[in-house]
Amino acid sequence: MKKIIFKFSGAVIMLVMLIIPLLLNSNYLYGSLIVIGLYAIVVQGLGILMGYAGQVSFGHAAFFGLGAYTAAILTTRFHWPSLLALLAAILLPGIVAALIGRQTLKLRELYLALATLGFGILVHIIFTEGGEITGGPSGISGIPHLGIGSLVLNSDREFYILVWITLVLILLGIRNLVRSRAGRALCAIRESEYAAENAGIDCVTLKLQAFIFSALLTGLAGGLYAFYVTFISPSPFTFHASVQFVLMAVIGGLGTFWGPLLGAVVVVALNEILKELIPLIIPGAGGEYQIIIYGIILVALMIYRPQGLSSIGEFFQSSKKSLVQDGKEVN
Amino acid sequence: MGEQLLQLLFSGLTLGSIYSIIALILVITYKVTGILNLALGEFLVIGALLTVSFKSMGMPLIAASLLAMIVVALLAGVLERLTVNKARGASSLTMLIITIGISISLRGLALLIWGTDTYSLPSFTASGPIMAGGAALNPQSIWVFLLAAATLICVNTFLGRTYWGKAVKASVLSPTGAQLQGINLSTISLAAFVFSGALATAAGICIGPVTMVTYDMGFMLGVKGFIAATIGGLGSISGAVLGGLILGLLEAYSSGLISSGLNDAISIVILLTVLLIRPEGILGTISERKI
Repeated sequence: MKKIIFKFSGAVIMLVMLIIPLLLNSNYLYGSLIVIGLYAIVVQGLGILMGYAGQVSFGHAAFFGLGAYTAAILTTRFHWPSLLALLAAILLPGIVAALIGRQTLKLRELYLALATLGFGILVHIIFTEGGEITGGPSGISGIPHLGIGSLVLNSDREFYILVWITLVLILLGIRNLVRSRAGRALCAIRESEYAAENAGIDCVTLKLQAFIFSALLTGLAGGLYAFYVTFISPSPFTFHASVQFVLMAVIGGLGTFWGPLLGAVVVVALNEILKELIPLIIPGAGGEYQIIIYGIILVALMIYRPQGLSSIGEFFQSSKKSLVQDGKEVN
Repeated sequence: MGEQLLQLLFSGLTLGSIYSIIALILVITYKVTGILNLALGEFLVIGALLTVSFKSMGMPLIAASLLAMIVVALLAGVLERLTVNKARGASSLTMLIITIGISISLRGLALLIWGTDTYSLPSFTASGPIMAGGAALNPQSIWVFLLAAATLICVNTFLGRTYWGKAVKASVLSPTGAQLQGINLSTISLAAFVFSGALATAAGICIGPVTMVTYDMGFMLGVKGFIAATIGGLGSISGAVLGGLILGLLEAYSSGLISSGLNDAISIVILLTVLLIRPEGILGTISERKI
């Protein structure tokens, strides 16, 4: 009986969490939840890359921006239908990821981290210096809402439903992926790359696929973001944002089912709390305190709790379904 | 045209020497501890800004510089004990994220103390530019160049001739073997951080008069140093110096002859090109698989 409760508690909690905002119908709540949902989509992909392939990307804000700018440019400058532009926004980051990952993932160590770090800075410069095409520092405005034919998603409520249905589908998809042959191979790589290689797993290709997959998801989130805010500028796509995505993945717990969503919720809430709380404690304090505390949290987490808040995640989950244990079973 | 090219050679070598010093420190820390310290640029900036503050309190430049070097060396040592030492044995991914966290906090601290103003440091020698072949050479450039050369010589002598240098080399080659010989790896890691704090400050004080100092210049300088180290092949000391000079020259010539606005973009394109075509660097010998 206890097992069954555990098995469904996560899904039930999520369902309740999804319905409550619809009853409250507050635009502030919708706005925050849409942002959390989009970040969670990004972190889902990043979590696969970090938790299983053992690689980190410091350029995911750039993939996010690439998705957003692709959607924005194609709809405003070339008048593509929004759905087609969204498809392009998903594909382009994937192609770029394939180009970056192909050589760097062959090497051990953290070459992918360094290449993506450089790539992230470069893309931000392109957004800012792109002149007419990217709109420079002031960005692109007047992006149409997402829609097919006469069905246009122009309210926060509708967009909230779209984002969270997408997220739930991705969650289910990843749960199945982790239990597939590719997922078990990824678990094997995480436990021991040499052992995996000896078992006939092509580690380099699989890591590359994980990287491309995470870029595709990030592009999707970026495209949706552009259609949601209908105005974009280079400022949300900095290196700092990439670090924030990594922080979300780590806080939530790598290689866990609920980790990415938990990480997105915690980091967004933490940002809001720090913004409200710090001026109360230290009068006249600006954003710099937030930056300092942010860095300290990141460091402390990596030292004392590199496994993230996954113990809370496991609570929501029947013990057998833990992805970590899935991996150990295979080995 | 010839004068312009010579002028760009001077500024390229100045920039290149700065990058060489940063790359050198990065590579040494990497070799000794296996950690790619992305907070190094922040050490440099805080060192330079501290010197500015000490000097404005009325200290002579030399005293202010020495005091700043000591303070930053201590800061680096304390940070090593508080973070890296506590996480010993963690993956290189964890270590990389830790140094990024440190750099974020240090940048916030610098913003808190010094604000967004641009500060200037005085040149070491107060003479005007030296004219050579129709191009002007800033005397400060010579100081930067001397620091780079002195650092390289000192590091090579230390590693090749002294007991502790050999201990460091041994612990790089085989950490377990070195430990069995009674070499304390934790002490060596601490020493590497203290040393990199002091040397980064020295680099910051040398380049302050040339580039001016702002709280947020450290990140890009750190990235440039890392690009230089990558060009040379992470892990090779002479490669780092060579990579720094190549990067400085490429940047100076491309910004002088093509466009100055794309300075940072050009160096990152160089980084990506190296990583995609020859990730082991021009002098590197990193094997694809080590068991």
